[in-house]
Order: sequence, then structure tokens, then C-alpha cells
Amino acid sequence: MQTIHTRVLQIAGSVITVSATGVGYNELAEVTSKRGTSLAQVIKIAGDLVSLQVFAGARGIATNDEVRFLGRNMQVSFSDDLLGRVFNGSGQPRDRGPALQGKAVDIGGPSVNPARRIIPRHMVRTGIPMIDVFNTLVESQKLPIFSIAGEPYNELLARIAMQAEVDIIVFGGMGLKHDDYLFFRDTFEERGALVRTVMFVHTAADPIVECQMVPDMCLATAEQFAVAGKRVLVLLTDMTNFADAMKEIAITMEQVPANRGYPGDLYSQLASRYEKAVDFEDAGSITILAVTTMPGDDVTHPVPDNTGYITEGQFYLKNGRIEPFGSLSRLKQQVNNKTRDDHRAIMNTMIQLYAQCRETQEKQSMGFLMSAWDLKLLKYGKLFEDKLMDLSVNIPLEGALDLCWQILGECFEKTEISLKPELIAKYWPAK
Amino acid sequence: MAVSVGRVAAVNSNIITVKFADKVIQNEVAYAVIGDKRLKSEVIRIRGEYADLQVYEDTRGLKQGDAVEFTGELLSAELGPGLLSRTYDGLQNPLNDLAAECGNFLQRGKYLPALDMQKAWEFTPTAKVGDEVEAGYWLGFVPEGIFKHQIMVPLKLRGTWKVKSIAPKGSYTVTEKIAEVESLEDGTVETVAMRQEWPVKLAINAYAERLRPLEPMVTQTRIIDTFFPISRGGTYCIPGPFGAGKTVLQQVTSRNADVDIVILAACGERAGEVVETLREFPELIDPRTGRSLMERTIIICNTSSMPVAAREASVYTAVTLAEYYRQMGLHVLLLADSTSRWAQALREVSGRLEEIPGEEAFPAYLESLIANFYERAGYVKLYNGEKGSVTIGGTVSPAGGNFEEPVTQGTLKVVGAFHGLSRERSDARRYPAINPLDSWSKYPNPVSEKVPEARAILRRGNEVSQMMKVVGEEGTSMDDFVLFLKSEFLDNAFLQQDSFDEVDAACSLERQRYVFEKMLSIIKTKFSFDTKDQARSFFLELTREFKNWNISPWGSEKCKAAEELLDKHVAERRA
Repeated sequence: MQTIHTRVLQIAGSVITVSATGVGYNELAEVTSKRGTSLAQVIKIAGDLVSLQVFAGARGIATNDEVRFLGRNMQVSFSDDLLGRVFNGSGQPRDRGPALQGKAVDIGGPSVNPARRIIPRHMVRTGIPMIDVFNTLVESQKLPIFSIAGEPYNELLARIAMQAEVDIIVFGGMGLKHDDYLFFRDTFEERGALVRTVMFVHTAADPIVECQMVPDMCLATAEQFAVAGKRVLVLLTDMTNFADAMKEIAITMEQVPANRGYPGDLYSQLASRYEKAVDFEDAGSITILAVTTMPGDDVTHPVPDNTGYITEGQFYLKNGRIEPFGSLSRLKQQVNNKTRDDHRAIMNTMIQLYAQCRETQEKQSMGFLMSAWDLKLLKYGKLFEDKLMDLSVNIPLEGALDLCWQILGECFEKTEISLKPELIAKYWPAK
Repeated sequence: MAVSVGRVAAVNSNIITVKFADKVIQNEVAYAVIGDKRLKSEVIRIRGEYADLQVYEDTRGLKQGDAVEFTGELLSAELGPGLLSRTYDGLQNPLNDLAAECGNFLQRGKYLPALDMQKAWEFTPTAKVGDEVEAGYWLGFVPEGIFKHQIMVPLKLRGTWKVKSIAPKGSYTVTEKIAEVESLEDGTVETVAMRQEWPVKLAINAYAERLRPLEPMVTQTRIIDTFFPISRGGTYCIPGPFGAGKTVLQQVTSRNADVDIVILAACGERAGEVVETLREFPELIDPRTGRSLMERTIIICNTSSMPVAAREASVYTAVTLAEYYRQMGLHVLLLADSTSRWAQALREVSGRLEEIPGEEAFPAYLESLIANFYERAGYVKLYNGEKGSVTIGGTVSPAGGNFEEPVTQGTLKVVGAFHGLSRERSDARRYPAINPLDSWSKYPNPVSEKVPEARAILRRGNEVSQMMKVVGEEGTSMDDFVLFLKSEFLDNAFLQQDSFDEVDAACSLERQRYVFEKMLSIIKTKFSFDTKDQARSFFLELTREFKNWNISPWGSEKCKAAEELLDKHVAERRA
């Protein structure tokens, strides 16, 4: 019983209102106008007035255009044929491939029962020492990359994706510049990763509603792969655009804004996406890496602030490097005792020394006299930044740990370092 | 079961407007029927012939005209033996049972009983036929783990009653009749079973009197017990920016606090954190009882991705369970993490109801709700003279780490202690990151009355350190410099505590008293130094030795040796 409604009562932003009965909340509809057919979703029912957000935007919709309710929720069709494909935020192919026929899966499904979650236990190796050694990424972790607009966050994201040991990559682009989208696609293709990748891409030129759908599409797909036993890495860039899309729609809907115009449910909305990260005892896992650009490098801006309360740490990208101080992986303790016996100790020692070096650098810039120890610290800081912090460095964890010892050996005497004697005996480099 | 039926008129996310026929009660529970599922909801506003309901589940698919069944009952918690060591969601659904039935994912519209209906409990009566009783009087008990779980006259009864019959010693399920009571006023007879219900938003007041919270609740965290103590029956809050260690502090407290029962309300926070507690507590042994920590714990968990409206219910469910165990003469600690998420849930609902927003769009009634919640803590004397308490500790997650926001400010007005976490301290890895200059407590100090002297040194040390940033070490006098080193020493060796070290993680009250005296005597000692470097390395050495002392088991040989070494060093440098 698909009724067609041909009277649109109100159009504001990308939201249209029609008079209809028997329509379910969140149900999908097709809106056919001169510009073609678009999907739309019910976001409010008030008596027989039904408001829908039109995925392609309301521009060009006439008051007598056709609205046909489909009687189902927004779904993503799932099958192994998804791999290697690129879709837009409403699940239409954007790579000229055929539309997919697979198992239809509702997006934004229920959350995992906390009683069925397990404590994360596997490290994800990335080959980037600032991550592997100092803030280890863990399977099932949800971790944002906090960054300001000009930083190479997309390059970092692509590199982690290429080097991480996972089965499937699900990529979600929100508000991407078109060249960034091409950058990701080409990188995946060149490195042979496209065959294990699904991409959902919304570019800055696409309708805003589709931006809002991207994370749900990605995560519903990822969940299906994970339940089928795959280790899935979900990449989302940029979540700030997602939040801004939400803000735009909320304001069009005349919702009362909370902080800086964002809707009051920003925290819950972000959390319901990030909390999809999971490690199943008897199946695969979902790990989420997301870019959150911070307007004005302000970590107290509502988007990074709410994100920080939800995620399990963050990588803080500044001046083209992952900052050791603002960055944090809350889950590293779960795995870095199982890698190599010197991992935890060396991690702490290196960071403490680098912190001291930063203080010395400040003292130096203020014109204070440098002691012999200060000079050692400055040398250490330089080596640390060049050999470990530089983003082009690409070595496995064990190599990076050896490199740490080598740097310590180059700069300091054994007695100056507060490490356990057994570790020093085992790893201190011979001169 | 349905008292009356209404029809859905409007749907806006988790708020539905329902046209009702005869009557509705404010805050009564209703079920929205969608196919074969029934979605639990609560009436939150009534206007004319329409009622607004918040739905505790995802509302997708709900249509105009769908039936809504009103129950005539307020949202209630199930009370009775078998609550301990369980994990519930905000509406008191047992999560393990749900997992067994539905698998990995939560299903909407699925509700299971909170108590095990089949299990038989060994009941021993203590009341006699003819006893005059009131709501909350003990009738008998069943063993629940290490506790005597008292079976009470139903809390909902009013007036004075007489025990008409009582079951003999034996085993009964929670729904079987164990007694009958007869009203002395109108002769009505009520049947009593172990299981009873209580509306979560109302406080349980079945006690003789409420006393001042003067008895300490020892947490074994030095900076709390010595500097900012908490009393049993008191309230405290822990505001802090993300990553400052709120959750770790709560976890440590839940392990070491000197109370009978701990209730953890994970309200709108990460599921991963609950999982750590869930998986680790059964393995951890409670040193006081020798049993698993889980046996004294209840977890109410409504994590951030679970339905928002149930988040609000979760803190009330948790405090109701706490009050129930208090009625048995037990000391209960309720840890709520985080009350900001609860406030945000209120804000979301208020926004959808199009209420006039207050500060930062939080509803205007936020402060009174926060005050009501914390006022449910208390130290009480029961009718039979036994004493019990509910202590509430809530974390607050202020936006941007700025304490000048409505939730933090609303909370500070009503709590008895404030443990403010600071980003500077956590960045400097000074854990627990409680700021010793800003925090306060109004409860009596169980460790020493000389604590203000130590705080004065911290404050003056801080002033010197601020000054040193401007004039440098060279421009600071030796006296000031030593004062600064002493305050750093006090901070490093006493305030900071390693929660991952087996010994240091828990510092007994006796030990704190002794160690604090020692610390105070050291920082009041006059030392003489030739150079500032000499002073610095002396205090560094002292810090290391003091920390070594902290991680030696109390009373052990190692501990005595560490103390002697410390004394020797202090004596060498005394002026």
C-alpha cells in the first residue's frame, strides 16, 4: 500500500512537510521532482503533518511533487561485492558500477550489550613509532586525530590504513574536498588496498543530509563484516563536518541550540557512532579512527570536547607531528605489557626525558645558561624529533624500541637513566 | 495490565505525544505498542487531552494512531534478595540475562525481571505474630553472600500494622508469601513477599531519624582521607576535564572504600570502562571479607550509546537500590559516573519539549533536580536503632574543563566535599590529579587536626613557584626556595599515590596518621644548605626514599628499614 502524496505543505532548508497518515518514524520516502528522484527520511510526525529531510536537498522541489513512502528504514545492502566500491551517503554508487543487491541491513541499529563486550587485547601495528611505542593503537579502540585545518591528517589517516594489519577497511568521507577524495581513492588503489576497502564518500559539494548518513552507513557495513569474523578498521574524516551538518539541520528544524549552535544531543549523537567500536568474543572487531578538526586549535570547542569524553584517547597532530603530550591512548596498558619486556619502561623514560628537554628548550629561549646536562637533553630532543617523531619514519615496533635505546646510548651514560638494571644490561647499546 | 489506552499523535525523536481518553498520572509508566514490541515510556507532561511521554527506546517505525497502554504505576525498582553482584541497565534489566536471550546486541522492547524468580532463599523469621510494625521494620532475613538481607514490611505501607502471620524458617522464592500484616487503622490485610517495588524518583524515608554524617568513610587514598575527607552518609563530587583520571579515581575508590556495598552507576559513559569493572571485579578479592569484590557490588550501566531517556532513570534506579540496602543497617557507597551525562539527557528532553532554556540550554529545573538527588544521601538511625548510610560520589564532566558551567555549579551548592581534578596536574602525571589548592571538604578530618598547616605550606610553595617563573631561581631567596622544595616534597611523596602499585594503591587510616605526622615533622624541620642545587638534590633523595617507604608493606622489615633511612637523612641535614 504505497500511497503517493502530491501536496508539499512546507519547504525549509532540506526539510519538507507533507500531510500523511500511517507513516512510521524514521521511515524512508522517495521524492520525485523535475531534478530526479531522491530519498527522504521522516524526522518528525505531528498529527498528520510529516516532516522529511530530503537527502538531495529541497532545492527545485515543487509543492505538487510526488512523495512516495517506502515503508522501510534507511538500509545498506550488504554483501562481499561491496569491496572495492565507492558509494555516496545514500548508498548510491558513485563509481559508475552497478547498484548492489545484497542483504538489506538497517543502519543505526541497536548497541552491543555491555555484558557481551570483552577487554581489548590485541595491538594494531602501524609502523609509526609515535603510535606503536608511545600511544599504542588497540583493536576495538575508538580514537580521533585532533588536528587543525592545515595539518596532513588525511595523509596520516591513509598511512595508518595502509599499514594497519586489518582485514577490511571501511572509509567514510564527510565534507571532503573532491581532490582529497581522489587522493584516498588513488592511494588505496596504488597500494592494492582497494580490494579490501568500501568507501562511502560525501564531498563538500554534495547535499548536507548525505553527510549526516555517512558514519551510519559505514558503521552498519563494518558491523556486518565484524559479525562475520573480520577485523574491520573504520576511517572517518572529518567528524567536525558531520557535527556541522547536524547543527545545520537542527537549526533548520528550529531546535533549541545548546553550545555554539550545536544541538543539545551532540554528545549522544557522537557517542552512538563511536560506541560501535567493539571486539566480539566469538567474532571480529571494529576499530574506529576519525579525524576531528579543531576550529582555531581549540580543544574546548564543543566537537573535540565532546569527542574527548567519548573516545579512548586521541592523537594530537601539530606541526606535522604527533605530539607526545596532548596524545593519549587509554587502552595502551592493555597491550604494551605483552609486546616486549622493555616497552613500558622505555616509553615512560623517553617521554620523561623529552619533557625535560622541552623545559630546557624554554630555558634556552629565555637566555638562561645551559649546563652540561642541558646540552645532553637538547641533543636528545633533536634526535627524538628527527628519528621518532617525524611522520615519514616507518619501522616496526621492535625496530623502534631498538632505536630508542640507540638514541639513549648516544646521548646519555647508563647511570643517568633511571631504568631497571636488568633492562639496561639486556638492551643498552654497546659502543 | 493496561489501565487505559491512548493513541500516538506525534513523534519527535524519543518524545511522543499521546491523545488519552480518561485519565493519566504524571510520571506514570506507559508502553507504546509497535507490532509485537512494547516500548517502555514515562509521562512527563500533560496538556489538555494530550500527554507527552519520553520513550526509553528507539522510536523508529512508530506511527500516528499506534496504541499506548498506560499502567497507572510510577517507574519503579524491584527490590529483594539477589540484587548484589548483578549488572543492570538503567531500567533494571539484567544485562547478562538479556545477552543470554538476545545475543550480542540489545533489543528494544525486551524487558526481563530484575530478580531471579526461581531461586529459593533460606528465610529465618525474627518478628513474631502480634508485633506492631511500620513500613521498613525487619520481619526476618535471608543470607545474601556475606550479608544478612533483611526482609522488610513493604516500604509503601502507611500507618501502623500488626503481624498477623509469619512463615516458619525454610526456603522460599522471592514471590512466595512470607508474612501477612493487618492494619491497625482499618483492618485491611496485606500479604508480604521478599520482593517489593518502590518508585525510583521518591526517596525511601522509613527510618527513625537522620543523623549528621560524622563517621569517616575511608577511601585509602591519602589526598582524600587526609586533606579532603568524606563521611559516611555524605556527598562529594569530582569534576574534571577528559583524561584527568575521574574514572580511575572512582574505580580505585570502589575497590578500597570502607563500606559494605558499592553501587556503580555508569551513566552515559564509555562501555569499555564498565567492561573493565565487569571482568576484573569477580577476580579481585576484597581484603576485608576475603570474598570476590563483585559480591558487594551492583552495576547499573546505561552507557553512552544506550537510549538517552534511560540514562536519567539509571541514576534514580541506583540511588533507590542504595537506600534499600541502607534500610538493612548497611553502609552503601553510590558512585555515579557521570552526572553531566544525566544533565545532558535532561537537556535533550527539555529541548524537544520546547521548554524555555536556562543557561547553556540546560532546563531551569536542573539545579533542583541535582539537589534532590544528592539529598538522598544520608546517615540514618533505623527504627530498631541500627545505623545505615548512603554516601554519594558523582563525577562531573564540564564542557571544556571549565567549572563555571551549570552542572558543576549546581552540584557544588549541595555537596559536602569537592575534589576538583586539574588538567595541569594530570598532564604533569601527578595522580590522583585532585587540585590541593582549590578542593575542599566540610567533613571532620579523621587523620589529623594539623592538616591546615600542611595546606598552608602547599599554598605558600605555590606562591613561590609562581614568583620563580618571573625572577628565576637566582632571584629567589634560600628560605623561599626551601619552602618551595618542601611543598613539592609534600606533593610528590604524600599527595601523589600510585594506584597501580599493589601496596601504595591502598593506604590504611592508621598508616596515613603515622605517615602524615612524619611528613609534617619533616616539612617543619629547619634545614641548612650551602647551595640551591644541594637543597634540590637533598629533597629529591628524600622524595625517593619516602616513596620507597610508601610502597613497602606496612609493618614489614622493608618498611622499617625505609623509615630508618629517611630519619637518618633528615637528621644529617637538620640545622
